[in-house]
Amino acid sequence: MSNGYFVGWRTFQIDYFYFFKISRHNTLIYISIDCLIAIRDLVKRYDNLTAVDRLNLDIHENEVFGLLGSNGAGKTTTIHMLATLLKPTSGTATVNGFDIVTQSAKVRGSVGIVFQAPSSDDMLTGYENLKLHSWLYSVPRQVREKRIAEVLDLVGLTERKSDQVKKYSGGMRRRLEIARGLIHKPKVIFLDEPTLGLDPSSRESMWKYIERLVKEEKITIILTTHYMEEADMLCDRIGIIDRGKIIALDTPSKLKGMMGGDIVKLKLVEKKRPNTDMLKNFSFVHKIENISDDGLLVLSVDNASRNLPIILKYIDAESVEYTIPTLNDVFLRSTGRNIKEEAEGGFMEKYARYEQK
Amino acid sequence: MLNKVVDTMIIEANLGRLYALWLREFKVFLRERSRLIASTFTPVLWLFVIGSGFGSTHPSTGVDYQKFIFPGIVSMSVIFSSVFFGSYIIWDRKFDFLKSVMVAPVSRDTVFIGKTLGGMTTSLVQAAILLAIGMAIGINLNVLSLIQTIAVVLLLSFALTSVGLAIGSYIESLEGFQLIISFVVFPLFFLSAALFPLKNLPGWLFFLTAIDPATYAVDALRNAIIGTSIHSFALDVGVLAAFTIAFAIFGSYSFRRMKAV
Repeated sequence: MSNGYFVGWRTFQIDYFYFFKISRHNTLIYISIDCLIAIRDLVKRYDNLTAVDRLNLDIHENEVFGLLGSNGAGKTTTIHMLATLLKPTSGTATVNGFDIVTQSAKVRGSVGIVFQAPSSDDMLTGYENLKLHSWLYSVPRQVREKRIAEVLDLVGLTERKSDQVKKYSGGMRRRLEIARGLIHKPKVIFLDEPTLGLDPSSRESMWKYIERLVKEEKITIILTTHYMEEADMLCDRIGIIDRGKIIALDTPSKLKGMMGGDIVKLKLVEKKRPNTDMLKNFSFVHKIENISDDGLLVLSVDNASRNLPIILKYIDAESVEYTIPTLNDVFLRSTGRNIKEEAEGGFMEKYARYEQK
Repeated sequence: MLNKVVDTMIIEANLGRLYALWLREFKVFLRERSRLIASTFTPVLWLFVIGSGFGSTHPSTGVDYQKFIFPGIVSMSVIFSSVFFGSYIIWDRKFDFLKSVMVAPVSRDTVFIGKTLGGMTTSLVQAAILLAIGMAIGINLNVLSLIQTIAVVLLLSFALTSVGLAIGSYIESLEGFQLIISFVVFPLFFLSAALFPLKNLPGWLFFLTAIDPATYAVDALRNAIIGTSIHSFALDVGVLAAFTIAFAIFGSYSFRRMKAV
């Protein structure tokens, strides 16, 4: 074939070559059997800025993993490298057993990605966008239509599939992006700030769709966000990333547990010290602080909303107040800074950019 | 045996990708009516205003001036639509569409060829509209000249879409678009001798026309459509093809080294 060079010879050669290398890589880098993504000493350095700084991270199969951090922490850079859009300065990662540096085509076939800003062609209809990508990902002809119908249904766009994307709302565009990211049944989908710039009700419905995605598709999800409540609600595990490094990594409840449980403040009826010995017998009580002069008893307990009635059986309180530690407290403790204050400025900037589009 | 099966599968997959990329370009082209109307209107304006205006006084072209510049106007439409089409990649990048294509397992070469096929199609559609108008003003086409015209239009369009893509891959802001118009599109057009005969030119101008690939397209089209030319059709097409190959290599190289994000 005279134009064989252009239509595939190169790709073919590369695929064929790596066919032999994969097996060696598997044994080298694979650490645990359910580890879908293994990031090893990953570094991305720009002129005078280290965006990602010797990052090491394992992500398991079928988990929802959240990368939480303020803007510029390195979240997007990390997932761009994992999706092979950026070349790491040093270090590497394997995705689904393929090396992101040397086997980028294989990696790209294994991942779906939803960018921060919508990237569908708004002159095409939702259906046409999906069809285009089903071709690009070589979804087999026999299952193409079925798969398009499936993902449209999953994100609730079946009825609007024949409308041009320019007629979609912001939330619908995001959902179409998710559908597009799923079209080839990837092993992992990256959601980069999936609710950035959406109004509160679209954000909530987006969460519902993501939860549905977790239920209906066997897929690993990596999402980046700087919204604490989003990470808390959706993720099985959270990595807090700051200045290109993971500084805390655990399940949301354990991360919050680091803060030592919920804080309960009881304003006592009488200003004398009640008998708190009984409380010490409960395993859910971690710490009993001395009563201050104004008659405030401060306890540190697990699951305050459930255990408060029990406490009140033993202590006569005039009023009660309790606070549950949030991921923001965790972030504050890990970095010494408040994520929200930092996020706002950058958020508005990004939002402006998004609006422009 | 297995090699052959895998080989066929990969070629099929890549042809599918090419088809999809081409189809996207074509659909967008058909839907952006304003673009189509605007880019057809300008050549028509040239043909009738300049053609008739100069036609009344212009000497020495052998044929009616309006007919004389007709092949030049066809190539003008191809020059404009192809270079613009290629540099539309700046938009694709700005609106992140390109990123979504780059993250798919599609080679850069495939994306590049898909784009050039799209550019060739739009050029061909516009050339066809102009040819229909040409028939109305008395241009005679037979099967051979039609085939020759189509071949030249496709070659020129391939070359210049590649140029547009190459330049577009280096430029990041939409403002760069103006530069392309001033420094690429207009020089290509004016130096192609689309509006004047290649005879009796001052030396410097002759040199500049000689290094403009569009000159050979104009000359070949004149040969095919009105039967007057400087070079033989084979020579014109040969030189044009050489330019096309060079530009395609340059374009796909630029495209490959373009950053995805």
